[in-house]
Amino acid sequence: MENRISVQKTYKIYVDGKFPRTESGRFFEFKSPKGNMTANVSLCSRKDFRDAVVAARAAQPKWASASAYNRGQILYRIAEMLEGRRSQFVEELIWEGSSEVQAQAEVSASIDRLVYYAGWSDKYQQIFSAVNPVASSHFNFSVLEPTGVVGIICPESTALLGLVSLMAPIIVGGNSCVILSSSSKPLSSITFAEVLETSDVPAGVVNILTGMRAELVKQFAQHMDVNALAICGDENEKSLCEVEAVENLKRVRAYDIQDWALSLAQGPYFISDFQEIKTTWHPIGI
Amino acid sequence: MAKNNKTKLNSKTVKKLNKSSSRLRAGILVKATQKSATTPTKLPVVRVAGVSALAKSYEKSTRNLAGKSTPKLKFSTTWQYAPSLEATDQVKLEKKYDLFINGKFQEPNSGKYFATLNPATENKIADVAEANEQDVTLAVSAARNAYDNVWSRMAGKERAKYIFRIARLIQERAKELSIIETMDGGKPVRESRTVDIPLAAAHFFYYAGWADKMEFAFPGRQPQALGVAGQIIPWNFPLLMAAWKIAPALAAGNTVVLKPAETTPLTALKLAEIIQQAELPPGVVNIITGAGPTGAALVNHPDLNKIAFTGSTEIGKIIQRAAAGTGKKLTLELGGKSANIIFEDAAIDQAVEGVVNAIFFNQGHVCCAGSRLFVQESVAAMVIRKLQDRLESLSVGDPLDKNTDIGAINSKMQLDKINAYLDVGVKEGALMYQNSCPLPKKGYWCRPTIFTEVAQSHKIVQEEIFGPVLTVQTFRTPEEAIEKANNTPYGLAGGIWTEKGSKIFKLTSQIRAGVLWANTYNKFDPTSPFGGYKESGMGREGGVHGLLPYVKF
Repeated sequence: MENRISVQKTYKIYVDGKFPRTESGRFFEFKSPKGNMTANVSLCSRKDFRDAVVAARAAQPKWASASAYNRGQILYRIAEMLEGRRSQFVEELIWEGSSEVQAQAEVSASIDRLVYYAGWSDKYQQIFSAVNPVASSHFNFSVLEPTGVVGIICPESTALLGLVSLMAPIIVGGNSCVILSSSSKPLSSITFAEVLETSDVPAGVVNILTGMRAELVKQFAQHMDVNALAICGDENEKSLCEVEAVENLKRVRAYDIQDWALSLAQGPYFISDFQEIKTTWHPIGI
Repeated sequence: MAKNNKTKLNSKTVKKLNKSSSRLRAGILVKATQKSATTPTKLPVVRVAGVSALAKSYEKSTRNLAGKSTPKLKFSTTWQYAPSLEATDQVKLEKKYDLFINGKFQEPNSGKYFATLNPATENKIADVAEANEQDVTLAVSAARNAYDNVWSRMAGKERAKYIFRIARLIQERAKELSIIETMDGGKPVRESRTVDIPLAAAHFFYYAGWADKMEFAFPGRQPQALGVAGQIIPWNFPLLMAAWKIAPALAAGNTVVLKPAETTPLTALKLAEIIQQAELPPGVVNIITGAGPTGAALVNHPDLNKIAFTGSTEIGKIIQRAAAGTGKKLTLELGGKSANIIFEDAAIDQAVEGVVNAIFFNQGHVCCAGSRLFVQESVAAMVIRKLQDRLESLSVGDPLDKNTDIGAINSKMQLDKINAYLDVGVKEGALMYQNSCPLPKKGYWCRPTIFTEVAQSHKIVQEEIFGPVLTVQTFRTPEEAIEKANNTPYGLAGGIWTEKGSKIFKLTSQIRAGVLWANTYNKFDPTSPFGGYKESGMGREGGVHGLLPYVKF
């Protein structure tokens, strides 16, 4: 076996449940810090992003109407699949610059985070919804509904855990999403797409792009059919997003979290950040 | 004072009318002679006091559908109500109002004053100070000082008692406030005394109780006040919007600079008097008056931690842009083009009343007004007939008259805007129907208006008019109703009328809007969160959810 030539993976992107390369035909070179791994990663264009939004929009209503129980089980299934492939992720995280110990910890934390949010699927509604004691003769209640299509700009460090920590609360709440992976550490994100694809996540609910932040962040912020934006970035990117998001009143949530392994980097408020409150009235009477 | 023609039903005349080929629809139908949306010349409208072929077909089908259950109403006989004017003698108004900063009324640095008019008479009520940048800075500094030294250090239960006091004082002075609200804004006194003022008091009462219970509002988190909030409110519910803004801000521990709208500043200034009477520590609430430039100076002030705005989507976007990257927390409560959907299995008479309330409440100056009516095709003719009849029975006139249904349009500017939309509607080929009641000679008035034969693409269907103007469209299936209702960048509210419970839940869950009224409309309560999806805004006001915009963790 020692003379065997290994088969290398072409890293693609993940749109609408399929794995195409970028429509632009462009790529950027990933080189591991130790130089033992290179890959030609898709340099996504704004057209790729728009295609991904179309897929996310189409998938969102059905995903939102899936039962909370069902969404929880699918989140749990992602955790199962990730656990089963942990050695591959550890290897990729090491290529992306982690030590073995760091890589093991990051994969474990990512799996645990998925399980954590799987458990929230049928509970956050009870935490945040309300029956409102109005003074008139009406039954009045407020519930959470997903905001819709969410753009996610991942943190550059802890690429896998950052992606999982942002994606899980957003999709468990019934949103669909388009994710821009870490530009410097894109490999594990694409391999994670393979995990999603084998976890009963409906096509289009999660779409993952690789590319350059400088090129794509503005597109994420401007797109009129994206309802909300989760951004991990510097102050300039955050300001850019807030300004460019105005035209369709996109909800922009900027997270300034350096260590996604901490317990404060999870919680039901990451879910409610991408929910709308809907209040319904009905008269009481005969 | 206009005499209000009310309807009187007479069975003989009804029969006669049914037979007569020249029966009159009492309202006024207007249709463009040519369907050209681009004609630049003055509108070639023909005002027809009578029936168009379409209206005739409505009546024909109505007879078939509704039979004797929809008797024709005869409007040519008059039922006159004696005027029932609310007395204004107990209202105390100054000739001139200054800025309320740091607990005192102060002359503006600008040295300028502007007039606030009674839109029903066009007479000046008072002169009101115009705050410039310097004044804004004074107010923000007062609020900052009060936050740092007093309000943030005060125990929640003590803050609560101040807010309770404000609620009580509003209740005590409710009549005075409702009359001033009606004089300054043009809304019927029937509405200001039963809706605006009691709800404003209720809001303070509700949020007062939160001030010492904040740790229960957000499970697992410790909420903290933000600091100083700049708040800009519109002219449609002046005191109520002030309450919506100030009450949760104070309860959560913030201090406030509030700017009321330039056409309706008086009840906010009366609230300043109440705040003095309540002995609220100076600077906790500051109320500054002025128009757009004052608002811009407030929004752009660097020492704010929070901006809350209620108004048009256009201005909301300007504010969002101004706040971007500054770290100021933002709440926007913006425009709407809400759908009101009547199914064939609805209680039709109740639904028609609901539609009238949805669009004609407060002259249609309501962000969540049910301005797009969708009627299931099988009952459309009947519903339109009933709506036209009901429309004809609405009285437009002196807002201080307790019989008045529809008061004055808030300003000349708003009236011009509404009239421009009416012109556009007719130009685009829609059929306009208005009631025929007499209008006062002075003041700003708009007859309640219904447009039929409209399409999704029509401007009057797409854009917020903010006046007593309803468009009527039809649909066949629930799916079609949902799709049409959601076909708008707005998402503030919606109404559903059906007697079938499962249909209610299908519709209310699929319409993308923040407030859904089923078999009712335009109900508000301090415990009930209010706010929009999509371009109708972000954040909620009311209920426990209304605290979130005023805290950080």
